[in-house]
Amino acid sequence: MSTRSFGTRVKRNVDPKLLKGEGSFIDDLDLPGVLHAAFVRSPFARAKIKSVDTDYARSMDGVMAIYTCDNIGNLDMELPLLIPHDCMNDARTQRTLARDDVYHVGQAVVMVVAINRYLAEDAALMVDVDYEPMDVEVDIEKAILPDAPLVHPTHPGNIAADLTQISGDPESAFARAEHVTKIRVEVERSTAAPMETRSVAAYYDKISGALTVWDGTQAPLTVRGGLASIFEIDEDKVRVIAPDVGGGFGQKVMFPHPDELLVPLAAMELGLPVKYIEDRRENFISSNQERKQIHHIELYATKDGDVIGLKDFFLHDTGAFIPYGIAIAQVASTSIAGPYRIPNIHVQFQAVYTPTVTITPYRGCGRPQACFAIERAMDQLAEELGIDRFEIRRRNLISDDQFPYPREGLIFADGLPVTMDSGQYFKALDLIEEKIDVRNFPKMQEEARSQGKYLGLGLAYYVEGTGLGPYEGGHIKIHPITGKVYVNTGLSGQGQGHDTVFAQIVADQLGVNVEDVILTEGDSGAYDWGVATFASRAAVVSGNAIHKTALIVRKKTIKAAANMLEVDEDQIELRDGHAWVSNSNRSVSLAAVATATNPLRYAFNEAAKAATQFAPASRHDGPALDEGQAPGLEATDYYSPPAATWAYGVHAAIVEVDEITCETKIKKYALVHDCGNMINPTIVEGQVMGGVAQGIAGAMYEKVEFDDDGNISNANFVDFVIPYATEIPKVEMYHLETPTPLNPLGVKGVGEAGCIATAATIASGLTDALREFGNPKFRSTPITPSMIHEVISSSSSG
Amino acid sequence: MKMIRNLPSANSFGQTSKVSLTVNGTNVEKEVSVRMLLSDFIRHELGLTGTHVGCEHGICGACTVIIDGKSSRSCTLLAVQADGIDLRTIESVANKDGSLHPIQEAFHECHALQCGYCTPGFIMNIVSEFENNEKIDTTDEGIRELIAGNLCRCTGYANIIEAVRDAAEKLQKKR
Ligand code: FES
Ligand code: FES
Repeated sequence: MSTRSFGTRVKRNVDPKLLKGEGSFIDDLDLPGVLHAAFVRSPFARAKIKSVDTDYARSMDGVMAIYTCDNIGNLDMELPLLIPHDCMNDARTQRTLARDDVYHVGQAVVMVVAINRYLAEDAALMVDVDYEPMDVEVDIEKAILPDAPLVHPTHPGNIAADLTQISGDPESAFARAEHVTKIRVEVERSTAAPMETRSVAAYYDKISGALTVWDGTQAPLTVRGGLASIFEIDEDKVRVIAPDVGGGFGQKVMFPHPDELLVPLAAMELGLPVKYIEDRRENFISSNQERKQIHHIELYATKDGDVIGLKDFFLHDTGAFIPYGIAIAQVASTSIAGPYRIPNIHVQFQAVYTPTVTITPYRGCGRPQACFAIERAMDQLAEELGIDRFEIRRRNLISDDQFPYPREGLIFADGLPVTMDSGQYFKALDLIEEKIDVRNFPKMQEEARSQGKYLGLGLAYYVEGTGLGPYEGGHIKIHPITGKVYVNTGLSGQGQGHDTVFAQIVADQLGVNVEDVILTEGDSGAYDWGVATFASRAAVVSGNAIHKTALIVRKKTIKAAANMLEVDEDQIELRDGHAWVSNSNRSVSLAAVATATNPLRYAFNEAAKAATQFAPASRHDGPALDEGQAPGLEATDYYSPPAATWAYGVHAAIVEVDEITCETKIKKYALVHDCGNMINPTIVEGQVMGGVAQGIAGAMYEKVEFDDDGNISNANFVDFVIPYATEIPKVEMYHLETPTPLNPLGVKGVGEAGCIATAATIASGLTDALREFGNPKFRSTPITPSMIHEVISSSSSG
Repeated sequence: MKMIRNLPSANSFGQTSKVSLTVNGTNVEKEVSVRMLLSDFIRHELGLTGTHVGCEHGICGACTVIIDGKSSRSCTLLAVQADGIDLRTIESVANKDGSLHPIQEAFHECHALQCGYCTPGFIMNIVSEFENNEKIDTTDEGIRELIAGNLCRCTGYANIIEAVRDAAEKLQKKR
């Protein structure tokens, strides 16, 4: 191997086509005669459906079909509960199309298919649905009260799930504690808002019985399995392709949203391609969201700040349905002790039904909420005990020699016990303390004050369980004609640069250029074992699967090349697309090796001549392939992680508040993070930066707002404020690389890292900045200028 | 279920009108529905799918194209308003031989795109700024303002800012 590509800043293979506008997102596909679907959605948060009249709509120009719950066959059902758990009793999931009841504004009631989207929407408007609205409560604290209106009559108190997890012996720790800090924190509901909305297209070939579905999903193989089982057709007759996908961030991992079933159904019935391209409003009112939690967290400590016990009770808004089970709440409850030893933990949550859009993971998946709770509590404990914020953390961090650090009794979202596997938590804290220049901060703060500006320093530490099972696979084949290496894996990409990082892994083992490694992902026709892209798992799980596969292909290649060059295997080196005899200029190209390993009958080119069964080079003392030997340079292998691997990091910021405009400026933002060995630092930094931007968005801008009737009042990009470049600061990033012992590459996930600690960091900074205005605490997000105005004005008027 | 034999042309529904315009240097004449958005016209009538749609209400900038030399949002215009215009889309930016324009090159160098959905909109906006301004303000703040009409949900903008600076400096040196 000449130069190692793992760990270097290789440019992405996928860029040029995207830069030239040659990507193929779902709505870009040229499907001749394609029909368009549009939905009639509930305008009420909770209502009885008295009647649905589609007669007029059906008669309109260009309308091809109209679907209600009465003509969708076995799709008229409650959609599957994807992740069951004992703590949910009779979990409620959505029906494909509403029957009798609607449970949130935006729930799909009718699907119209017409020759174009304009006519489909016209007809959808003319469908007449008669509703009888019911009382609703969207506030989760009120929704659990005895007289609150119920979302589902089956669930008193609107409680969807209730789970307590215990680690250590919390009761006796609570009794022993010398100091208790108790706070309440609240994180608002947000939404992934990928720039490409959710989309799906399908075509059914009646002759072969093959159903092809293009789905802008993070989980093509899950979609394939789901479609096959719901439609009761052979998996091999269903091909699901996730082409280019314009961002996902969790929203595109859950299957099925109703359109993902109904579009294929329509395609099968109508014999023409059908597509549904969600519009932005629909993305707000019908695609899954996340974040709302209210935590009551208590830290039980000694006088010098050693936290010996933690108690947390939180409410988790699950929306109208709970198809994804308790995953988010479970991640939050198992991440609640952050990077700290805290050996005794009592954590309980209740998931609450509200008549709102269903909650499933959005980048972060419970971690930002848990981080906000523990970090705001740590700051408070520091203040109450008169200990510096860095120091209180130092007194509680898990030290390097304590890994692996188990939290017995806490079960993570992969069903396995939590064990923090590795890290250098102290080093990260020291580094951020230096980089944010803590020593000079008081002087800066004072200077700013003299100019009417209020400066604050914010700090928050986070951990991130990543790389969850069950498994992924990799398939690698060296192409006989070109020598290019084809790699397949089952999960899909939404901009994370999988094609490049996976190519780097393979290039190192096979001694080829990264550009000569061609990845196909997200196409069940190319590779059909695997799970999905979520929980920062692609690099960890698929990455290691591909690495293991590459080792096998490497071995086969060396063996065949040694045979061809008539030397021992240990004399073969793979580099520059060739197998070389060490310290010589004798070599053979990988293309030739690949050709030679496939005993041929016909010679199409020079290399093939050498491989035909009649060529002198071929062996004549037995069959062309030995027993058990397969032709070609090809292999498949799998990786199944023994447990999640825990990445971590710490953020710090200097924020500035303008007393007049109440605007917050982030003057400096620095972070240290550790995701184990980095395959491609540029891509890692891109992931972290994108996460930070989403974190800042949640910290200061984004909130899905419901009015009392359960309508989202800001279901558009004008009122739901996604930051532009003018709102996102420069971020200084520092890497630590502590390899995990859990997988061969020593990598941990990084997809969600950036967004976890951001809100806690900003809140910490603002609390520091505005101390003199009545010591406000900023324990809810987003922290808007009006909240700051209230703090400043109420303090100066009082 | 209706049987389909002869589908009406899916995109010339209702009242139509003729538009003629220049698209990436080529004259185009078409009969279009008076309701059709320019973004849909570009994507589905002209087949230029590099122009993306993120919001259809003028906020995200994904649909940005260059009309008569100025960057414009194609989702807030109707196709019929395009009569007589000179329209340029992302497909016209790279060189004829397929090699990248300096701003595209810089995006690639700086890892300024992830999913790439927002990217054509950014590029069109930036290209028009480059063409219309003798001098680009390459301070962080200047570039942030320059791209403040485009949303990106993936990158956090930092690398886009670097890419704009990189390309602007290279282009200005050339002048
Ligand atoms: S699609 Fe035109 S601005 Fe968003
Ligand atoms: S790269 Fe995905 S939205 Fe910008």
